[in-house]
Amino acid sequence: MNSMILSVQRLGERGISAVWRAGAMARFFYQILAASGTCIRRPSLVIREIYFSGVMSLVIIMVSGLFVGMVLGLQGYETLQKYGAEETMGVLVALSLVRELGPVVTGLLFASRAGSAITAGIGLMKATEQLKAMDMMAIDPVARVVAPRFWAAALSLPLLAAMFSAMGIFGGYIVAVAFVGTDPGVFWSNMQAAVEFRGDVLGGIIKSIAFGFAVAIIATFEGFDATPTAEGVSRATTRTVVTSALTILSIDLVLTAFMIRGI
Amino acid sequence: MERKIIDLWVGIFMLMGFVALLFLAFKVGNLGDDRSGASYTVEARFENIGGLKMKAPVKSAGVFVGRVTDIKLDGDKFQAVATLTLDKRFAFPKDTSASILTSGLLGEVYIGLDAGGDEKILAQGDRISLTQSAVVLERLIGQFLFSKAADGPDAPSAPAVPASGNK
Repeated sequence: MNSMILSVQRLGERGISAVWRAGAMARFFYQILAASGTCIRRPSLVIREIYFSGVMSLVIIMVSGLFVGMVLGLQGYETLQKYGAEETMGVLVALSLVRELGPVVTGLLFASRAGSAITAGIGLMKATEQLKAMDMMAIDPVARVVAPRFWAAALSLPLLAAMFSAMGIFGGYIVAVAFVGTDPGVFWSNMQAAVEFRGDVLGGIIKSIAFGFAVAIIATFEGFDATPTAEGVSRATTRTVVTSALTILSIDLVLTAFMIRGI
Repeated sequence: MERKIIDLWVGIFMLMGFVALLFLAFKVGNLGDDRSGASYTVEARFENIGGLKMKAPVKSAGVFVGRVTDIKLDGDKFQAVATLTLDKRFAFPKDTSASILTSGLLGEVYIGLDAGGDEKILAQGDRISLTQSAVVLERLIGQFLFSKAADGPDAPSAPAVPASGNK
């Protein structure tokens, strides 16, 4: 009986702490927005962070994009040729990349490559009391450290997602034209006939912007909120990756449902 | 890391991102030939629309002129009402006929417009009165078999009827 009460208690504690964290994250988001003036006055801060989170992710994003596109092309060909529809391979590759895989896979890769680095960086600064030292010198750590990282991540992800999709379509093109031997003109014309800018491309861009904001706020919050010990930072890093992945996939579900239903 | 190198790399990064976005918009998508600006809608009623779907193309002489933007059922007459959004640059005579066609045997279903000879042209909200419904393959086969059976037993392919009935 006693253990039952205890487990219910633990459940309640978890629920309260989850709601508390969500609220703290929202407040932190507001704090970042309020402190973003520094980023506009000193763009070099943001540029530096774009270098670390965006440019450094270029290789992994572009190589993964190329491979994903080629795999899509090969797998798609396997199935489509049964129905004699290998000409529509471009459509398959482009639609799945632009609508879904581009934003989602880029989001997941970005969360693990750059999001974890942001969390670890901020967490370590907190653990070594650099943030406190800044506070002592009347420098707002949110404006100086957090906001540039936030905006860098939020800006980088949509651009990386576009590059991922473009590389993927290029990979699909290589498979279709060089391996399989489809006509390149047919590949492009079928693709252009089926992919709509407003519905498909813009939908993917909106998704990637949403993911960018989600990963950015989660990564910076987890870092800023980390227990200032080595173990706390490592936990915060793990939490960033897990929470980002879950958030990206759930936002994706909601956005896809809205876009497909055409609301 | 030197400041200028960082700036350069970030510049290259942004440039690549925007090039990728433009590539997706113009080469992959149809933004280049998107003429969705000026358009007008007309209505066409069909007895049966077969496999026609929303956003199916509307073609005249095989050339893309618009899209099907809405499909409803008229509850009184039990007719399908398709709303066609056509490009403003193309004006069709009032007696234009609309038929539901399929490109190839397994291709997409589209609406083909055949222009008539009327002086007056279709305006926003008008109705295309001459329509031809979709050809439903099962009915076509049914009619064919029915007419074959009606020909009598001396018809050369008469045994085909019981054979296909067994399927």
